[in-house]
Amino acid sequence: MFVTTESSVSLSNQEVERYSRHLIMPEVGMDGQLKLKAASVLCIGVGGLGSPVAMYLAAAGVGRLGVVDFDVVDYSNLQRQVIHGTPDVGRSKLESARDKLVAINPEVTIDMHEMALSSSNAFDVLGDYDIVVDGTDNFPTRYLVNDACVLLRKPNVFGSIFRFEGQVSVFATEQGPCYRCLYPEPPPPGLVPSCAEGGVLGILPGVIGTIQATEAVKLIIGVGEPLINRFMIYDALRMKFRELKLRRDPDCPVCGDSPTVTQLIDYEQFCGVTPDTQVLDDPSSGDNVTVEELKVFIDNNEGVFVLDVREPQEHQICSIPGAVLIPLGELPNRINELGGHEDMVVHCKSGVRSAKAVKILRNAGFKKAKNLSGGILRWIDVIDPSMPKY
Amino acid sequence: MAIQILIPTPLRVYTDNQDTVEAEGSTVGELLANMTDQYTELRKHLYREDGKLRSFVNIYLNDDDIRYLDKEKTSVTAEDTVSIVPSVAGGGCL
Repeated sequence: MFVTTESSVSLSNQEVERYSRHLIMPEVGMDGQLKLKAASVLCIGVGGLGSPVAMYLAAAGVGRLGVVDFDVVDYSNLQRQVIHGTPDVGRSKLESARDKLVAINPEVTIDMHEMALSSSNAFDVLGDYDIVVDGTDNFPTRYLVNDACVLLRKPNVFGSIFRFEGQVSVFATEQGPCYRCLYPEPPPPGLVPSCAEGGVLGILPGVIGTIQATEAVKLIIGVGEPLINRFMIYDALRMKFRELKLRRDPDCPVCGDSPTVTQLIDYEQFCGVTPDTQVLDDPSSGDNVTVEELKVFIDNNEGVFVLDVREPQEHQICSIPGAVLIPLGELPNRINELGGHEDMVVHCKSGVRSAKAVKILRNAGFKKAKNLSGGILRWIDVIDPSMPKY
Repeated sequence: MAIQILIPTPLRVYTDNQDTVEAEGSTVGELLANMTDQYTELRKHLYREDGKLRSFVNIYLNDDDIRYLDKEKTSVTAEDTVSIVPSVAGGGCL
């Protein structure tokens, strides 16, 4: 469909043996396998989604696989990012991924792009591939990848995960809609929790990522019905797949009839990432206290009330001594429980949710409520390294 | 006439962790208004301050986006299922 097989591409006897279970299926056959070998796919992110995507595409014999990431493997990645193992902790994700992919299939060329994708480099990186698979974890990069794919006319195999629920679709093909047709604008920062805040079932990206890999292979070979014009939602708890209709929006600013976005923009600004959250977590602002200051308040018995606005599961992992738990979502209805507590320090994991809680509290009359800068993670780093981090 | 509304994971924190809630109404708009009367915290996540539905939240009647039906005036019956489908960014999860 998107790849024309060059006559120079052929399979060695060893490759024939390797791909024999593909070759004997009429839907793939030698033609399909040669298309895979001639194809190039770019995996953006080798985390939860990128792991199964890159591993299966390498195993399937995609000729050239690009991987984009700039992160380092961390213990908290290992529950779902199956391309990385315990010995890889501390290594660059790209190097770790390359070793695994080469071990799976040395016939595949791996391109490593150690960088944060941005408006200034996206065209150069994406332009060199037939298909893009989006496994990123934030809205600015999602919109950047979408817009770049539309402008370059590259199919974008989209997947997204949260807790027990995943979303998957194929965007930006010539006939299909794009991500902006589905969601013209991102949510304001913090309104939709991230996986780091909300958690994710480790197996979930395996399900969604293998669907993405399947769609990439189908696009390359040109078989079956691609997930274009369809948006699939998977609920692991109910074990249900739902399919929703998706349409190209004629008013879409990127792929519509009269597009207004004709080049890449500032996606951080578009997603409103900078202003609000950073100011609220600025330790120099009067709305914040540092972990060192809080330690002094507690040690001196200054009667400071510590409010933890994380979820009960997080509170169970680690908590600041004496802190009272009211999850952010319950705070507006439970504010009356806080009567009589003037001096209050509010904390969460890293300071974003507690900044929102401070806003709610101040609007409710708790004018002295302050945010603990850096949350319990900074408390653990600076005050009590014996506590587990998550 | 009570109609089922499917609540996506990120918004369940505002519906006492229920994945499905019921509300009365003959149009999608009435249904959502009645639902947010029951679960008031949900309102600001679905609606902007000017009362319009937020653009990162899509409402589906069965498998179709109400933007391509009659928007919030789309009529609903007891056999229908309404779903709220918000945008979710997660993937690599740093």
